[in-house]
Amino acid sequence: MTATRLLAGVADAAGLQDYERWYGPLPGPGGPPGRARSRSRSRRPERLIEIIEAAGLTGRGGAGFPAGRKMRSVAARPGRKAVVANGAEGEPASRKDRLLLTRLPHLVLDGITLAAAAVGADEAYLCAHGTDSGLLRRLGHAVAERQAAGLDPVPIRVTGIPARYVSSEQSSIVQYLNGGPGRPTFSPPRPHERGVNGKPTLVHNVETLAHMAMIARHGHRWFRGAGLPSAPGSMLVTVSGAVTRPGVYEIEMGTTAGEVIMLAGGPAERLQALLIGGYFGAWLPVEAAWPVPMTHAGLRAAGGALGAGIVIAFPAAACPIAETARVARYLAEESARQCGPCRLGLPALADALASLAFSGDQGGSADDIAALIPLVERRGACRHPDGAAQLARSLLTAFPADVHRHRWQGACDGVRRPPLLPLPR
Amino acid sequence: MSTSLRINPIACTGHGMCAELLPEVIELDRWGYPVVVSPAIPRSLLEYARRAARACPTLALLVEEKAGKHR
Repeated sequence: MTATRLLAGVADAAGLQDYERWYGPLPGPGGPPGRARSRSRSRRPERLIEIIEAAGLTGRGGAGFPAGRKMRSVAARPGRKAVVANGAEGEPASRKDRLLLTRLPHLVLDGITLAAAAVGADEAYLCAHGTDSGLLRRLGHAVAERQAAGLDPVPIRVTGIPARYVSSEQSSIVQYLNGGPGRPTFSPPRPHERGVNGKPTLVHNVETLAHMAMIARHGHRWFRGAGLPSAPGSMLVTVSGAVTRPGVYEIEMGTTAGEVIMLAGGPAERLQALLIGGYFGAWLPVEAAWPVPMTHAGLRAAGGALGAGIVIAFPAAACPIAETARVARYLAEESARQCGPCRLGLPALADALASLAFSGDQGGSADDIAALIPLVERRGACRHPDGAAQLARSLLTAFPADVHRHRWQGACDGVRRPPLLPLPR
Repeated sequence: MSTSLRINPIACTGHGMCAELLPEVIELDRWGYPVVVSPAIPRSLLEYARRAARACPTLALLVEEKAGKHR
């Protein structure tokens, strides 16, 4: 159900003093106050990695990779490291990172400082979209406030990155910070091997770092006091679409998708489906989606994906094919255009979806969609085409009746509704 | 030790030489870009695979001689 952990002070903790009143001061890198600390200074930062591993924190940027393991793989490498906090939030329907950076920047900044100490970093970056000058300015002030208080041994550089969908992918950010274009790179090397300025680089979503700041204060048992043994803690979800109270909510991991919709005030009209995971996620019919626990494993088992906790309530009166066609067009335009199958395949996919949605193309376009999915999937340097493929595949799986109807009878009435799924611009 | 084929999709320009030289394993899609039908290379094809990798004008075809995930 709902959890009030990260967001406990969300109304009133943007400034450093208010923040410390709400959340308490940050303990040293060795762990929460009251725990027996290792006498050896050099062992203390490592302690955070053990605590994060014990807590079972997984990344909150969409991939759900174990955060402790990621930190350990960076820390184990020789030489100095870098830490990058990814607050770019490329998914148009996601708002949680923006909420954290706007209302709780110090939670994220604490997380960066903790992670930098734990892995031995001497460079730290906090990245958000470069077009958001207001946010970047406020983050700059928050960093300056902390510098005046002597809080961050490794200075945190607030950096604006290109506001393109693929630019928030971790190899894109690393390439951009290295002075290159904000486009994904081929691996190896991966950032944790060689990243910013050639250093092993830890890249974490800002929410993941915020959880670290809480775990450092309250311990791993506290973290595991919410959620499930296999998916511990809490997460932020962004709920939008046909719900009464769209917004960002904090839930225990394992809360069902139906409970999430009810937290957001319940359906605003009759629903036919939920789109979970954003445009890198999947459609699920509402009856199938309702009881599914919000965990990576739970969504996977249901044929979906948790992603970065985006839940869009899709009404019965709208057309999922038309909406998917719009999103596919956006994803095609957002291709970095580096890889042939993505550069050529995503527009072809968007064309076929638009044809099926609006032209009543007799059978050709539905077959073409199915043929294109394996041609784009896993054939790019990054996961961008995979997201489009997953979305299209889930459309065919979740809405066979709609697909059939469009094939043989043409566009339904739903295509005339104003667009529902959010896109930039 | 196992050998597998991988394509660097950023370097690849769809020249198609690889599919010419290693048709058992590489096909071209509708846009002329290579699809590796089966990444694992049997020993009998190893020299052909290396020849195909050398022939690629952008060196986008990689013959990787270690087992394990690279993604």
